[in-house]
Amino acid sequence: MEIFWVLFIPLLGGLLLAVFGTHRNAPELNSLMSFATLIASAVLTTRVISDGSFTAWNEQFFVDAFNVFLVALTAFVGFTTSLFSRPYMRIEQHHGKLSINMLRLYYSMYQLFTFTMLLALLTNNMGILWVAMEAATLTTVLLVSLYRTPASLEAAWKYFILCGVGIAQALFGTILLYFAAEKILGAGGTALLWTHLNEVKGQLEPTVLSLAFVFLLVGYGTKVGLAPLHNWLPDAHAEGPTPVSAVLSGLLLNVALYAVVRSKVLVDGALGTHFAGNLMMGFGQLSVVMAAFFLSRQKDVKRMFAYSSIEHMGLMTFAFGMGGAVATFAGLLHMTVHCLTKSAIFFAVGHAAQQSGTQLMDGIRGLIKTSPSVGWGLALGTLAILGMPPFGVFTSEFMILTTAMHAYPWTMPFLLIALGVAFASIFGQMQRMVFGETTGKRLPHPPALIPVFVHLALVLMLGLYIPPYLADWYRQAAALIG
Amino acid sequence: MSFSAIFLQLIQNLLVLLAAPLLLGWVNQCRAWMQGRRGAGGVLQPYRNLIKLFHKDAVLANNASPLFRVTPYILFACMWLAAALVPVLATNLPLSPAVDVIALVGIFALARVFIALAAMDIGTAFGSLGARREMLVGFLAEPALLMVLFTASTISHSTSLITIVETLAHKQFMLYPSMAFAAVAFLMILLAENARVPVDNPSTHLELTMIHEAMILEYSARHLALIEWASTLKLLAYMTIGIALFVPYGIAEAGNWGGLPLAVLLLTLKLLLGGAGLALIETVSAKMRIFRVPEFMGTAFLLAVLGLLTHFLLEV
Amino acid sequence: MPIPFSAQVINMCAALLLLIAFAMLSQRRVLSLINLFALQGLILAVSTTVVAYSSNQHHLYYSAALTLLLKAIVLPVILYKLIHKLDIRWDVETMFNIPTIMLVGLLLVVFSFNLAAPISQMAGTITKSTLGIAMATVLLSFLMMITRSKAVPQVIGFLAMENGLFFAATSATYGMPMVVEMGIALDVLIGMFILGIFFFQIRTAFDSLDLAHMEKLKED
Repeated sequence: MEIFWVLFIPLLGGLLLAVFGTHRNAPELNSLMSFATLIASAVLTTRVISDGSFTAWNEQFFVDAFNVFLVALTAFVGFTTSLFSRPYMRIEQHHGKLSINMLRLYYSMYQLFTFTMLLALLTNNMGILWVAMEAATLTTVLLVSLYRTPASLEAAWKYFILCGVGIAQALFGTILLYFAAEKILGAGGTALLWTHLNEVKGQLEPTVLSLAFVFLLVGYGTKVGLAPLHNWLPDAHAEGPTPVSAVLSGLLLNVALYAVVRSKVLVDGALGTHFAGNLMMGFGQLSVVMAAFFLSRQKDVKRMFAYSSIEHMGLMTFAFGMGGAVATFAGLLHMTVHCLTKSAIFFAVGHAAQQSGTQLMDGIRGLIKTSPSVGWGLALGTLAILGMPPFGVFTSEFMILTTAMHAYPWTMPFLLIALGVAFASIFGQMQRMVFGETTGKRLPHPPALIPVFVHLALVLMLGLYIPPYLADWYRQAAALIG
Repeated sequence: MSFSAIFLQLIQNLLVLLAAPLLLGWVNQCRAWMQGRRGAGGVLQPYRNLIKLFHKDAVLANNASPLFRVTPYILFACMWLAAALVPVLATNLPLSPAVDVIALVGIFALARVFIALAAMDIGTAFGSLGARREMLVGFLAEPALLMVLFTASTISHSTSLITIVETLAHKQFMLYPSMAFAAVAFLMILLAENARVPVDNPSTHLELTMIHEAMILEYSARHLALIEWASTLKLLAYMTIGIALFVPYGIAEAGNWGGLPLAVLLLTLKLLLGGAGLALIETVSAKMRIFRVPEFMGTAFLLAVLGLLTHFLLEV
Repeated sequence: MPIPFSAQVINMCAALLLLIAFAMLSQRRVLSLINLFALQGLILAVSTTVVAYSSNQHHLYYSAALTLLLKAIVLPVILYKLIHKLDIRWDVETMFNIPTIMLVGLLLVVFSFNLAAPISQMAGTITKSTLGIAMATVLLSFLMMITRSKAVPQVIGFLAMENGLFFAATSATYGMPMVVEMGIALDVLIGMFILGIFFFQIRTAFDSLDLAHMEKLKED
């Protein structure tokens, strides 16, 4: 029943906002629906804490330690982003960049996007997982092109085509998975259910599964933004509205990675080798290195942080690829802190760009003077994402790197150099944007910075102290993933 | 080898010789009908043309070599042989052991070499131009044709056209997806090799586009008549090869004389339909520019190869 | 080993699908592309029906009907309407080097046949050998997408790829569970609508549907 509410509320929100999206109070309605989703997912979470994992509706839905924490995270960031987008979109409207109908589209699609992500997380059916991932692309593609500028249209087109092609590969992988499963579980509904597959994973045909995993990794990996299939990501992040960039980076990439990891569990069980892990490590490492070097050449602030997202997603993929209790624990922690930090950064960057009237970093100067809160938010967020102690990113990166040093020492030079390059370039750019002389104007609406500081506070907390039940979850999930 | 088989072989040889112009006449007539014309002279017009040409005096260029003079006869002989070899009525004829698909392609190649040499013999611009274009089409069409034939050969495990026909016609009926590819490829080759519309236009003399006509501009009278007749034989040969490969049903089995009348009837019907189909293609398609021809032939080759691949995937 | 007749029909359909994939690869005119796409949908529906009949899988009848409705009727009609409204019915794309593209396509076919061969051996369906063709169709559609610079042909390539995947699903496994198939169909339909909106937006912004104009966003 809790699952029903978690899914129904955003769906209802999408429909309501499609009708009332032009109303003066639509932003508040949007936040309200997101808040209700958060409440519902909190209830779901408490139930999982007390009862453990369970399935629902003919086993079509399924909650365990791994996905429930992502559900909670998604609902939480979905809510804070809706809070942020309230003043942000009003300012955009004030600047004449968006019409009232575009806003309606935005609010409606925002809720539907939340719905598709939650569906992808909660479903037990690998086929429905695919459908939800594709639907997540469809709901966001019009958001990326919301400004209707040539650049945003180009970004959206790229996003649609690349992710469409990628996700088609994932469908092929799913078909192959079904093909292998059908022989064990019989044709019909149950052969794609993850719980059933997990039980019989040792009997699945290894050749088919390894091929299936290649397709699944390439397919969902496109959406994770793994190099060399990452091309859509910087464009979509840079040209879409900032709240969309925040949820794309913070949530969608996580959900896509979730899909990859779910597939990996099955493939590992069937193959009994480290094949899937090696592939993931390879792609992850390539992404980290590539992103770091592209990152240093960016002029657009949102593009720069988009590349930073690729880098961190690569790191997580690498961590899950290594496997083992510690690395997986670190990967899950990194998923959480990256999601919180990156969305906080995008919130701050959004307001900074609005103030300066440009997204080019050369045009953004002296934030600390015009609007100290935005400046501090950006500065702290940047320090957090760069892995400075005592923020949580430090903890998770430290764990990943130490594990890698033990198990795969040859990866060290690549990872360390990449992280160093990323550190130097982002830190240098951040300094100039936060300090320095400025000509920026004040914003017509007060910026919403509570989400920024709430996120950063959480990340700080996770760096210093991981609550025992959270650590418990991570451990359970890590045991599940292996 | 019985006397009756030899007799039947002779009949078949004569029949193809005499019927070939009729096929061309039928194609032309169909074209005329489809284009809303009455058509000049009906289906018998090619005969009248040939008779007219045979009654004229031949004119030869001063510098024509013997090669130029013998080419029409070689061409005619090659095409007659090819057309007579293809099993159209029955499969157990005296010449049957000679009907190898690779040999057939070789006969066509021989004719092509001679006509191209003869075209260059006089040294006119058009002759060389035509020869060059003919070789361009030929070097692409030949491997494609071989691929088509190989597809059929792999199905019947023999390069003998007789065996192929017997396998396809008399064994249990089966759908061969590979033959679908081969059929499309073969159709394209047929159009190109017989100078039909998308590739060449047999009824115009535009220097920008003509291929076949450019090579035979210097011929007149009986030489021209033989070449024209050879062309009709070539068309018939290709049509009958197509029939033998793709719709061989109804051909008389070895030793089954009672099946002959039905075979004749079916063959006539198939040729009539094929001719009409050819006319339809020529009516609805436009002549393509000469530099698109390699692309066209490349596609034919590709389809033939695909047919072969499909065979190994689906039918083994 | 005699192959049952229904399997022969399905093999034939598979061959035709492959043929259409190549035809699409070399087709320059938008209108003909849409016709080919509709034909592909029709063949897909026919082969699904035959699979359903020969294997006695009743749910496949529904997906055959769904295919017929969606891929042979609704999507082509939407595309016709779109190109009519956008007035690009007679658009001809300038493509160079079609023989090279075809050759690459041929290599893709060989590749996918080889890749599919070991898997086909394991399949218990009567249609197992068509998996290679399904894979080839997917890859060829992919090739078509990357060789086109105009928006509509790219989208047709995308849809053709989806057709190939559907064919893979029916040929390897007698179709996915119904709920998944419905979901996929819904996604495709919504995707088509969004693309339709997109075409108009792109046209307004660029005065053309030629994606060669889109070169603002690239890494320097």
